[in-house]
Amino acid sequence: MALDTDHAAVADAPPGVSLTELRDALQRGLPASYILTEAEQLRPYECDGLSAYRQIPRAVVLPDSIEQIQHVLRVCHKLRVPVVARGAGTSLSGGSLPHAEGVLLSLSKFNKIIAVDPENRCARVQPGVRNLAISEAVAPYGLYYAPDPSSQIACSIGGNVAENAGGVHCLKYGLTVHNIISVDMLTMEGEQLTLGSGGLDGPGYDLLALLNGSEGMLGVIVDITVKLLPKPVVAQVVMAAFDRVDQGGQAVADIIASGIIPGGLEMMDNGIIRAAEDFVHAGYPVEAEAILLCELDGTAAEVAEQVAQVRTVLEQAGATEIRTSRDDQERALFWAGRKAAFPAVGRISPDYYCMDGTIPRRELGKVLNQIQELSRQYGLGVVNVFHAGDGNLHPLIMYDANQPGQLEQAEALGGAILELCIQVGGTITGEHGVGVEKINQMCVQFNTPELEQFHALKAAFDEYGLLNPGKAIPTLARCAEFGAMHVHGGQLPFPELERF
Amino acid sequence: MSLDSQALALAEQVSAAAATNTPVAIQGSGSKAFYGRHTGDALQALDMTAYQGIVSYEPTELVVTAAAGTPLEILDASLAEGGQYLGFEPPRFGPGATVGGTVACGLAGPSRPYTGSVRDFILGVKMINGKGEILRFGGQVIKNVAGYDISRLMAGSLGTLGIILEISLRLLPRPAVHRTLVHNAAETTAIERIAQWARYPYPLSGAVCDGERLYIRLSGSASGVAAAADAIGGDTLDATEAQTFWEDLREQRLEFFAGDAPLWRLSLPPATAPLNLPGEWLLDWGGAQRWLRSTADPYTIFDAAKAAGGHASVFRGGDRSSTVFQPLDPPLLALHQRLKSGFDPAGIFNPGRFYPDW
Ligand SMILES: Cc1cc2nc3c(=O)[nH]c(=O)nc-3n(C[C@H](O)[C@H](O)[C@H](O)COP(=O)(O)OP(=O)(O)OC[C@H]3O[C@@H](n4cnc5c(N)ncnc54)[C@H](O)[C@@H]3O)c2cc1C
Ligand SMILES: Cc1cc2nc3c(=O)[nH]c(=O)nc-3n(C[C@H](O)[C@H](O)[C@H](O)COP(=O)(O)OP(=O)(O)OC[C@H]3O[C@@H](n4cnc5c(N)ncnc54)[C@H](O)[C@@H]3O)c2cc1C
Repeated sequence: MALDTDHAAVADAPPGVSLTELRDALQRGLPASYILTEAEQLRPYECDGLSAYRQIPRAVVLPDSIEQIQHVLRVCHKLRVPVVARGAGTSLSGGSLPHAEGVLLSLSKFNKIIAVDPENRCARVQPGVRNLAISEAVAPYGLYYAPDPSSQIACSIGGNVAENAGGVHCLKYGLTVHNIISVDMLTMEGEQLTLGSGGLDGPGYDLLALLNGSEGMLGVIVDITVKLLPKPVVAQVVMAAFDRVDQGGQAVADIIASGIIPGGLEMMDNGIIRAAEDFVHAGYPVEAEAILLCELDGTAAEVAEQVAQVRTVLEQAGATEIRTSRDDQERALFWAGRKAAFPAVGRISPDYYCMDGTIPRRELGKVLNQIQELSRQYGLGVVNVFHAGDGNLHPLIMYDANQPGQLEQAEALGGAILELCIQVGGTITGEHGVGVEKINQMCVQFNTPELEQFHALKAAFDEYGLLNPGKAIPTLARCAEFGAMHVHGGQLPFPELERF
Repeated sequence: MSLDSQALALAEQVSAAAATNTPVAIQGSGSKAFYGRHTGDALQALDMTAYQGIVSYEPTELVVTAAAGTPLEILDASLAEGGQYLGFEPPRFGPGATVGGTVACGLAGPSRPYTGSVRDFILGVKMINGKGEILRFGGQVIKNVAGYDISRLMAGSLGTLGIILEISLRLLPRPAVHRTLVHNAAETTAIERIAQWARYPYPLSGAVCDGERLYIRLSGSASGVAAAADAIGGDTLDATEAQTFWEDLREQRLEFFAGDAPLWRLSLPPATAPLNLPGEWLLDWGGAQRWLRSTADPYTIFDAAKAAGGHASVFRGGDRSSTVFQPLDPPLLALHQRLKSGFDPAGIFNPGRFYPDW
């Protein structure tokens, strides 16, 4: 898939800055060994977790101090060269895909935990620190960092902020945006700003909330203070099997309606159950059409009370089998299949394409059935594993990139699934971000004035559009070309208002 | 008039105001008119109170969408029927307080450190920008990262970025039981104890110290609250008395809040040792929000809060035509001004209400 360049064009680009000119300017503030420009050095950076999109950047820089990043930004600002920040490169939406004319700014050397403050339950970390490394470092204090994306052993906290990453435990403990106390970012001009404060809020507009999920478009995150939570005393998982997917969906709604917010509430359909069972042997009931994993955590008494309540709800919802983990080892086993769902699918299909739409929970059964219908229509298998409690679906479309046309077919099916999510009042992305991948569907989710408002906001941070150009927000020209009609919850609000 | 036609009428009003550079004051019930800056300019009022009603509420989704002029009282009553509530425990500061004004002011009650702030619960908005365009951002689902998070940006923006028409909020199930424990403790001891307890997963929902007594509120399941109360200890406050106490704290009706000296709000890292500033203190939010009644020079207080890693604002009283919110460093200030013009190019929404500069 080639990234078409019309929407990636940079405003006001001066006529061709040569690579030599760029390298010389960078070298004035950066050791030569921190600047990569040879093809074989650049190759490892050509894609992120969405490997269908590949692009070699002009240069990769590997700074190790904030001053060096400032230098890179000032040079690129002056020469009008695009900059793409990269954490661990695990984005599933092409968020950290390089720009052909640009510099890829790797934050991999920013991997230090600067300070742990148990009194204030927070830790100050550099942006390249791995998500899991934070919880490991603060474990001796009985604390942890709650958001736990499945990629947590690899992804960086800076990338988590940029994508507002979620995880299995976000239903109860919130997304990245709910767990960040403050951030220092650099503007494209290289100016350092502190967003938030050491308290629970910051002065002025809530720019910290805005930065979360901004996909590297507004600034480069260089310092992060994360909130830490006390570790639950006890956690238990209840696993329930269902004969029908919509029964599982109903059980999710019933659990929430009973007044319980589980630590995690995940669902897998039959395709995933089989693939995961083959892979990790978690003891899943392979005949089931759906299984729910419901984790309850807190003090011993609380958990016992809630396990009993949840079991009753599940029985009433028609579960054919209910198991409760007896110890942490069994709990880990129940989760193992869920956590390894993606690689498990990798074993049964040469390629897969992961979607990220989010829908109101009440639509779960209906949407899952329609996805199966679309799957038949497009002739590609789809298996589902998802954050059921949040209504965040991850349909995995299975295809073979070596078969001509299959990738395009997978993309078309993916687009149809996302548009279905919008129709039922949902969104095209719950946690993976728009990146380059879902840029067309943004035209379906937002109308012209809304997209213009996004562009005006972006311009307040980055006048020339140099940070991560071509991602997250489509240009109006692109939407006109894509020709999508903007739909909100299945209806066109204010048909009298102007639209493209 | 239906909400849709009202919204169109409001949008036309805004377009007209923008065309003639006529500033407008977006008005809820006026319950928080004391808050923010007062420029003394007579502004054209844009009344939001008629734009009211619950647009959608389905308890199993844990989400409500309400029109901005909906009184909190009405919203609360509906949510209570569904066994749910607004987790940020918003203060009213008056009987007619609206949900729009609540979001615009971004104020949260005693449970904030444990359950979250206004913006933490925001899922989506429908709004009118300064060009008179009706826009929607976010939505009604719990997770949504499509586009910049403009809905959360509206929290605490004091109506300077746009008119909030509708707001979707995430809800929490009402806790089964509450219990309030009282310890005799001065500030330093209170701060230490709070820091200790916060390292265990106790169902805390409030921690406040008036200098002599430390009040701890626990909310959750019966068994969870009982276990935590055993561990924390202290005298249990009678349930009615406790409810009155937390409400009076939230509504600023405690004796501490009476008097004429300017009321300051300091937002600080919770374990910050007591600051050496003249005046009376009340520690809320487990130390993260500290109320100070003080006639000290405003910049002494702004500087002290900043040095401690936080920020300050003159919440009530004082010179409201002067700077009432923590001054911003020049690059951050410039960014705020650019952002403001990105939403409201003619600068017509609540000019001067937030900062003197826009
Ligand atoms: C197997 C697998 C499972 C996954 N599971 C989940 C999951 O459960 N939940 C979830 O939310 N995501 C998941 N992801 C997606 C991905 O891990 C997250 O989006 C993660 O937050 C990306 O972090 P990263 O460090 O790899 O960022 P990158 O991929 O390097 O970058 C992602 C975006 O962030 C920007 N960025 C990175 N660092 C900075 C910075 N310092 N300053 C400014 N911008 C920056 C980039 O420009 C880019 O736009 C999964 C991915 C994989 C491969
Ligand atoms: C002595 C005095 C002097 C004053 N001087 C000024 C002045 O110079 N300039 C000025 O602007 N105001 C001034 N005010 C306040 C003004 O009279 C209005 O009360 C205020 O602008 C409207 O908010 P509210 O307090 O009625 O609404 P509340 O419901 O209390 O709302 C509080 C805040 O939320 C905003 N808001 C409410 N609903 C919405 C919505 N739907 N969308 C977006 N934002 C919303 C309001 O604008 C206000 O900032 C003064 C008040 C007093 C008492």
